[in-house]
Amino acid sequence: MTSIDTGLRAAPKTVDAPTPAPIGTGSRGSRILGVITLALTGLGVLYGLVISPPDANQSNAARLLYIHVPSAIVAYVAFGVTAFASIMVLWKKTETWDLIAASSAEIGIVFTMVCLATGMLWGRPIWGVFWTWDARLTTTALLLVLFVGYVALRRALAGNPNRAKWCAIAGIFAAIDVPIVHESTTWWVTLHQGQTVRLLGESQIGGTMLFSLLIMMVAGMCGYVWMLIIRFRVAFLAERVDETAFDAAIAERRSEAEKSRAVPTIATSEAQ
Amino acid sequence: MLADALIVVAKDLRIEWRSRVGIDQLVPFALVVLVLFAFALDSQQTVLAEATPGLLWVTILLALVLCVQRIFVTESAPGLTDQLRLSGLDPAGIFLGKALGVFIQLLALEVLTVFGAAILYSTRFGSVGSIALMVCAALVASVGLAAAGALYGALLLGVRGRETLLPLLLLPVVAPVLIGATSAFQAALGTGDVTSVQGWRWVGLLAVFAVAYVTAGIFAFGPLLEDT
Repeated sequence: MTSIDTGLRAAPKTVDAPTPAPIGTGSRGSRILGVITLALTGLGVLYGLVISPPDANQSNAARLLYIHVPSAIVAYVAFGVTAFASIMVLWKKTETWDLIAASSAEIGIVFTMVCLATGMLWGRPIWGVFWTWDARLTTTALLLVLFVGYVALRRALAGNPNRAKWCAIAGIFAAIDVPIVHESTTWWVTLHQGQTVRLLGESQIGGTMLFSLLIMMVAGMCGYVWMLIIRFRVAFLAERVDETAFDAAIAERRSEAEKSRAVPTIATSEAQ
Repeated sequence: MLADALIVVAKDLRIEWRSRVGIDQLVPFALVVLVLFAFALDSQQTVLAEATPGLLWVTILLALVLCVQRIFVTESAPGLTDQLRLSGLDPAGIFLGKALGVFIQLLALEVLTVFGAAILYSTRFGSVGSIALMVCAALVASVGLAAAGALYGALLLGVRGRETLLPLLLLPVVAPVLIGATSAFQAALGTGDVTSVQGWRWVGLLAVFAVAYVTAGIFAFGPLLEDT
């Protein structure tokens, strides 16, 4: 019990020893990344909405591709990072990996939501429905629910010394589930509804469309890393606040007590 | 490990038998859910018979949440997990015992709901071959459900708001079981487009899930219990 407890507490010191611990929410690196993300997104908007031609089959609806596909890929990467970091939590038992897992999961949820929302908007004009029980859609929706559960577990365990380990186990189990769900829904689709049509085959993309997609993918990845850095720093600082808040409150009360003790002595001296 | 599992499961089932909560509450709950489905679908016999596999497994999944909460009720009292650790039982054995307890209760509920569906939904349960498929699917699916349930039940021991958190965490995780078991039952009952060969493939997928969660549970339970 104590060995793991100290493992979780002591590790950040050794990790943070060579590099200074974050004292603000942003670093120089994150600011540069933020500017790059913004610039690439601007370029992506220009290419995606203006320069690239409308699709032969889907006309302007196909432009959703430039936000839909990158957000899906970033979401998968983010959840992959959470799963990897969860394994590292159990292995290395450091706070750093725990906070990376948590931060990445939250960002993954945001990107999954963007992916699902744009997918629905795209599905309506092209498939005629907002939602269809396609393998990929079902897996993605389940992925969202699984990691919402993971974040809910983190919230419920706030302040619990075992949070890192338990959440890591939950994160790994969520990750184990994803390939099984994908497999099952793939079978399901082949058994039940073979007629789901994807008008936009991968082979049809080329030239400016491919370039626009690539820009947005790079922008998405930069945005992910940028958010991850900031979210990690915020989480790290929040942990420090939790640790120091009690000491700070005691110090505050002490100074108040000293002040209130000082006031009557002045008053009595004045009275005399 | 197995001897420890038997000790734990004997203890849990004895408590369960004496408290009668399972029989007095869990069984009526499953039947109420079955009846509610009939109300919701306006008691159209054809729809109910067609949808039986799905309705049965949703009922089982809802009952699973209650089963898992019940089986960990004893351990949720403060300090009792420490007692469990001090008992010297192998954590893997404790996990298997808990999972076995859930498994046995689920099997009983499955038999009951199948009879319930036969009576309430007029579902026809066909030939010997299809019954064999159903029995195998139910057995394998229950192993997976029980293992996942025991794991998440232990994970949430002593967590605030665990009653609401358990369904949120557990139900998405067991979604593949719902898909697999429903499809296998469809194959057995001939309600979907699923052939019986495909039905056996679904049993294979259920087995993959069961093996994955039992193995993971055996390895994860030790560290999980360590600091409860």
